[in-house]
Amino acid sequence: MAGKGGVGKTTVTATLAATAAGAGLSVLIVEVEGKSGLAACFGQAPLGYEETELAPGVRGRTLTPDEALVDYLEAHGMRRISKRLARSGALDIVSSAVPGMKDILVLGKVKSLEQNRAADVILIDAPAAGHAITFLMSPRGLGDAVRVGPISRQSTEVMEMLADPERCQVILVTVPEETPVNELVDTAFQLEDRIGVQLGPAVVNACYPDPGVPESVDDVQQLADELGVFVSPREAGDLVAAAGFRRERFVLQQQQADRLAARLPLPQVRLPFLFTAELGPPEIEVLAATFAAQVDALPESSRGRVTVP
Amino acid sequence: MSEGVSFDDIVRDRHIVVCCGTGGVGKTTVAAVFAAEGARRGRNAVVVTIDPAKRLANTLGLDALSNTPREIDRQRWDPAGTAPPGGRLSALMLDTKSTFDHLVATYAADDDQTQRILSNRFYRNVSTALSGTQEYMAMEKLYELHEQGGYDLIVVDTPPTRHALDFLDAPRRLTRLLDNRIFRLLMMPTRAYLRFASAAVQRFLRTVSRVVGTEVVDDVVAFFRAFEGMEEGFRNRATSVLALLAEPSSSFVVVSSPRRDAVEEAAFFAERLAESDIPVEGLIVNRVHPAFGDEGVEGLRARAEALAGKHLDAAPATGDGAASARRLAELYTNLADFRQVAERERHHMAGVKARAGRAAVAYVPFLSRDVYDFDALAEVGGHVFSRHARVD
Repeated sequence: MAGKGGVGKTTVTATLAATAAGAGLSVLIVEVEGKSGLAACFGQAPLGYEETELAPGVRGRTLTPDEALVDYLEAHGMRRISKRLARSGALDIVSSAVPGMKDILVLGKVKSLEQNRAADVILIDAPAAGHAITFLMSPRGLGDAVRVGPISRQSTEVMEMLADPERCQVILVTVPEETPVNELVDTAFQLEDRIGVQLGPAVVNACYPDPGVPESVDDVQQLADELGVFVSPREAGDLVAAAGFRRERFVLQQQQADRLAARLPLPQVRLPFLFTAELGPPEIEVLAATFAAQVDALPESSRGRVTVP
Repeated sequence: MSEGVSFDDIVRDRHIVVCCGTGGVGKTTVAAVFAAEGARRGRNAVVVTIDPAKRLANTLGLDALSNTPREIDRQRWDPAGTAPPGGRLSALMLDTKSTFDHLVATYAADDDQTQRILSNRFYRNVSTALSGTQEYMAMEKLYELHEQGGYDLIVVDTPPTRHALDFLDAPRRLTRLLDNRIFRLLMMPTRAYLRFASAAVQRFLRTVSRVVGTEVVDDVVAFFRAFEGMEEGFRNRATSVLALLAEPSSSFVVVSSPRRDAVEEAAFFAERLAESDIPVEGLIVNRVHPAFGDEGVEGLRARAEALAGKHLDAAPATGDGAASARRLAELYTNLADFRQVAERERHHMAGVKARAGRAAVAYVPFLSRDVYDFDALAEVGGHVFSRHARVD
């Protein structure tokens, strides 16, 4: 899951997890960039390195480069070395020498989770957009700097995973606004051209619902009279202003979502903006229901890629 | 302590303004707003942008990375011709690698040393992809513009890092790398390090070689040898950059949105800067929704429900009355929704204002279009600077 900061990537990750769990799949969410509100979406305490259950069928954990390195070395019979590397703070030095080193360690661990069938679906809450490209490019960049040894093998295997549409795809998240849409399009082309990764449907988050036909203050008074209820002129003004604001935003959002569809030939899933307080389990359920309904409506070819583990 | 500053003070008096905050809050826009306002007030202003959105870049006359400032045609930012004659506006888009190359050339003893470093693979990695390099170079560019002189006001955007304080630490990062004991040993003549290094270092090097390969170690050795004699210059430079940022003529402005996560990051950021003795002078909350009156959310929702009930009552009898009741209920629900957003945002904003101390605070409303031309930049400025009297 990738997208510019502030577009609701974490919310969409939680939504997709709930959708997949609702379809009977087991889900593991992996957080790779420190704190996010992910666990809060499920009403749980922040995630740690140990897996925890977030909801029925949904587990979550974090993944840091240091922990991934220790895991990796131990799994490859280098337990003693892993201790020494961890103690000396060598990872920091080595990763200064080899950029992308930390990213490859994390992606390598993801690959081993995938190969061990840790869950039917593994969702990675990736770093924000620009960094997502760097993150996913890391095996390629690393192949250039490190040509032998276990890290080099790791890069090759991660690249294979990223390029295989049956195993991995990237879901890009945006909001229906000019700059985020432009960035999503740029990111999409870069990911396809430079990494060759399969893209899932684009998720357009926080869309206002259709506001219906416009009203004036007079129209509102007429409605009130007809129903025999009292609406003060001031309140009528607020009602009309709020409706007008939503309509204006709605039209602009439609234009941006349509522009996205025109520029990027990917199926789109549009999620509604939720006005209710901070997001928690009930809100995620609402979003997941919308998500599932829209995925069902997608053409078979693209739908299959969304839900098949 | 005296009264806190206002945004007018900042744009009129400060030499350096650093705009920081998390991604997606309009930091680059705010940086452009400050520089344009400075120019309109007669200052020679320059804005250093990092990865601006395309249309904003076009407005600023930046169609590609340009490591030297380009002046923007006066006609574009001051069409009415009312700005004092001294006012000038320039912009540049940070090119991380070129800035780093330039820095190397500055401190190298000769062209040969420059070339040896620039062609080293480890250097190329560090200069393009080492995390924090972009932050480092943004600060370096700021210092370069300051040293070069001529600009009254230098406004800098910061990279949209999750760890928003990285840029403060960035200049120290390279010197820390240079100071590392192991790397000092690596600077011994080729391969000799393996003979002279202590057993512990040998073990370490073998470990590193086993994990990443010997080529990497060789590259690093070559880099440090090429770098010989330049560390002092780099170290001094890093110290000067930090000293410049801590001067009273430098100002930090935090940009946020009225969402819970952004507001929390902003408050955290302000507190951390204060710990480094760098007070945040301004806080700008961007994209605030309108309030739509002052009625309580619960009352409005109750009204909507009552009307929806009316619609059920009316349904069997008259279809028209049912439609009217449903429509009016929708309007109430919609107003309740936006009132709820407004109340939540105001709650978050009050929280961040309380934690912002003496910083000037400005709220910029949600504008119905994206901000990318000078008219829109001026509109945002109208909510920040007192020309239109809307600060706080």
